Amino acid sequence: MTFDSIVSFIQQELGTEIVLDQKVDHHPGTIYVSAENLVAVCDLLWRSEATYFDFLSCISGIDHGTDSNYFEVNYQLNSLPHGHQLAISVLLEKPSEGLPTIPTVSYIWKTALWHERETYDLMGINFLGHPDMRRILLPADWKGHPLRKDAINPEYYHGIKVAYDRSEEAAKSWEG
Amino acid sequence: MKGLLDQQFGQGGMIITKVDTLINWARLSSMWPMGFGLACCAIEMMSAYASNYDLDRMGVFPRASPRQSDVMIVAGTVTFKMADRVRRLYEQMAEPRYVISMGSCANCGGPYWEHGYHVVKGVDNVIPVDVYVPGCPPRPEALIGGFIKLQEKIRKETLMRPKAIENLLKTTA
Repeated sequence: MTFDSIVSFIQQELGTEIVLDQKVDHHPGTIYVSAENLVAVCDLLWRSEATYFDFLSCISGIDHGTDSNYFEVNYQLNSLPHGHQLAISVLLEKPSEGLPTIPTVSYIWKTALWHERETYDLMGINFLGHPDMRRILLPADWKGHPLRKDAINPEYYHGIKVAYDRSEEAAKSWEG
Repeated sequence: MKGLLDQQFGQGGMIITKVDTLINWARLSSMWPMGFGLACCAIEMMSAYASNYDLDRMGVFPRASPRQSDVMIVAGTVTFKMADRVRRLYEQMAEPRYVISMGSCANCGGPYWEHGYHVVKGVDNVIPVDVYVPGCPPRPEALIGGFIKLQEKIRKETLMRPKAIENLLKTTA
């Protein structure tokens, strides 16, 4: 299926207003949906024989910068039998406190279990309904989400200086 | 033709040497590193162990336990998550213990020195290092060079503490 026919299939099944925006200038073409509709769209794309997206290649978290009020979560979908691809993007507003939330798709694609944990770990996006929402790469007691644009590195981690410092006292920290 | 040792021991003779020399010779001839690697440097380390470079001919072959190891080769990027483990493994090694820091990451953070929020900027922030091997990653020859450097270092060791030598000099003077 081409990008246009996938989009019109989604609009025909779930309504025209479900696709908020689309980007066709890069491959694969991207559709923008709201966080509330994400699961419905993913479920449709996976269940329908015509689309049958059986493979979730990647989930990426994007921070649009400190002067923007948005995070973005991007899902790269593949259909191995059909050979077509699609990207789904969801814009999330930065909340005044706490983490931005988005529903999990891990019960559709098991791959999402680890990808969502990675996005949570590095970008601080909470995936509602994920069975095991904890850090995957960084140590469990790490503070903050380092790939956010406004992230500030801790000064020390377990007594080890984080910043590059070749002074004498820094090199001796193992003694203390 | 018989070798030196056969002749000496075969005839009930004896060798006179210094304890320092004997112990240092034993230590530097069987430096057993701990079998662990952290990143791409470990690939070079593995090929240094393997038959092409054959570190075994220098008495260097990896052990699976820190309890049996004399040398720790920190081969690769030390993340903060790994730093606690590296420190614990080092503490589990019996003394005398030596550390070879292999590659730029372990030496000073390498390419992660500026923006690597997750990388320890030099494993010497965690454990004391005896020999630094530069390179990204160092070739197996460089690692072998590091072992030869460590051998030189061990050869200069003495059981006598500097204090004891000082006292000895005082009494003879």
